[in-house]
Amino acid sequence: MSPEPDTDTEADTGTGTTGTGTGTGTAAAPLLRIVGLVKRFGGFRALDGLSFHLKPGEILGLVGPNGSGKTTCINVISGLYRPDGGQILLDGRAIGGLPSHRLVHLGINRTFQVPKPFMTLTVRENVEVAAAYGRRRPGKTDIEALLHSLELDSHAKRPASELNSVQQKMLDLARALATAPRILLVDELAAGLNPAELERVGERLKALAAQNIALVVVEHLMGFIDQVTDRVIVCNAGRGIFAGPLSAAIRDRQVVEVFLGAEDDGGAA
Amino acid sequence: MPKALRHVLFTLVPVVVAFALLPSVYSNQLLLFNFVIYLALTQGFNIIYGFTGYLPFGYVGFFGAGAYGFALAVMHLHFPPLAALGVGAVAAVLLGLVLTPLLRLSGAYFAIANLAASQAVFLIVSNPNLTAITKGPYGISLSGVFSPGFTYGVAVAILAATLGLVIYLRNSRFGLALQAIREDAISAGMAGINVVLSRTIAWLLSALVAGLVGGVFAWYISVFYPETVFDLGVSIFAIVFALFGGTATILGPILGVIILYGIYNVIGISTPQYFQLIYGVLIVGLVLFLPEGLVSIFKRRGIDVP
Repeated sequence: MSPEPDTDTEADTGTGTTGTGTGTGTAAAPLLRIVGLVKRFGGFRALDGLSFHLKPGEILGLVGPNGSGKTTCINVISGLYRPDGGQILLDGRAIGGLPSHRLVHLGINRTFQVPKPFMTLTVRENVEVAAAYGRRRPGKTDIEALLHSLELDSHAKRPASELNSVQQKMLDLARALATAPRILLVDELAAGLNPAELERVGERLKALAAQNIALVVVEHLMGFIDQVTDRVIVCNAGRGIFAGPLSAAIRDRQVVEVFLGAEDDGGAA
Repeated sequence: MPKALRHVLFTLVPVVVAFALLPSVYSNQLLLFNFVIYLALTQGFNIIYGFTGYLPFGYVGFFGAGAYGFALAVMHLHFPPLAALGVGAVAAVLLGLVLTPLLRLSGAYFAIANLAASQAVFLIVSNPNLTAITKGPYGISLSGVFSPGFTYGVAVAILAATLGLVIYLRNSRFGLALQAIREDAISAGMAGINVVLSRTIAWLLSALVAGLVGGVFAWYISVFYPETVFDLGVSIFAIVFALFGGTATILGPILGVIILYGIYNVIGISTPQYFQLIYGVLIVGLVLFLPEGLVSIFKRRGIDVP
């Protein structure tokens, strides 16, 4: 996979991928709508008019080469960065630029590519603090069940710093789930997991979607993307170049170009 | 027995009772008073450093603001001392509010900026052009309100309240949220914690404690100079005592004060040259072998330290 695709072809596709979806006719209205999102770092446009929408219970994959804006997109939606342009609409309400804790209360949460637990706090405290501060509506998070479902229950009293990296990733996920999110942004959760763990995490994410949580999954492992997602957005240079099922994406000429480099008559696997 | 109650019974009660009774068996009340002052000040420092991770080298600025707030209220407004103590506390909290933008900094940058801020306040207070208001560099005399016996009791009460506050932080959701911010502010945001508001509250609580302590100090000694109450040595003592014992606990700072301030008074007065040596060796040893403070000896063995 070539990490530095030529991007000369962007002109002939126009901008957005908004039109590729099913429009407004379907039963489930979009929960989250991203319209022309722009994020600049100095002169570099990390996001350059990215658009997509997300429905409840849907798992959307965000794929693309390194530097194509996937993680930036998640960082903007979760309030780490302010957007420089475009709109983020949750239930039709503009939420771009709100601080993270407000977004958490509105039902948006995430995991981090490099897990960021509260290292000196115990596993249980990590989840407790999120359950106490992060819920948007009154209710109790069943912390024991949550820890059990992510196989963290036997480590509940240990400091998070003593967990291995896979367990820390699961703790990141547990903290996010403790806030009872409606939208979960998952940033490279699968990287570094062994096949058995991948399988379990994939099933876990599907179970969350079955509870009507909408998920955005950023991932490089295409097998994992294929296992869990209903639909993918292929990003390149900060904008979407394809929207649809992964099986269609890999037959798309432009997608193939972006991933594998210049056009060539040879068979692209 | 709930943990918080256990903490009250095993830390707050013995310390407060001991210092309330000691003056009747030990005649050097000034020394005891200084212990009480440092016990409270070190816990105030613990609130901001131990729970949120901000290292305030200029912590003495709040102490000085409290002392001068108290003195000005007595001199110019003719407030009764207890009300003037409130003015001292308000002065320190106001200074804390003015300095909240510093919380955008972190690590050494915050420590240095806070140090500079405390020196700025010192230079303003000691400015000869403000002699009419602050008495400038010539110092303050409040002999009219001098009442050491009663003031000692007030200081013990402030210590009790401060210990109560730290016990609350040690056992509450809010204290857990502060520690989460200390560990990772971004993750804390994703746990739904209002990071800016929470750390500002901790900062102001910490300033409030130092302001009260500064006010009661001014009341007790009643004659002092700007150099006395803006002495960086006060910041350094509070920091070293807290780190020596172990921050983010209730017991750690108490142990730090009792042991280090104890050593300071036993040998620091009679043979200061040995004191410097022993102090230096202790601190080097601590940094090398117990960077988390004395209480980490217990924590490592899985013992829950209050």
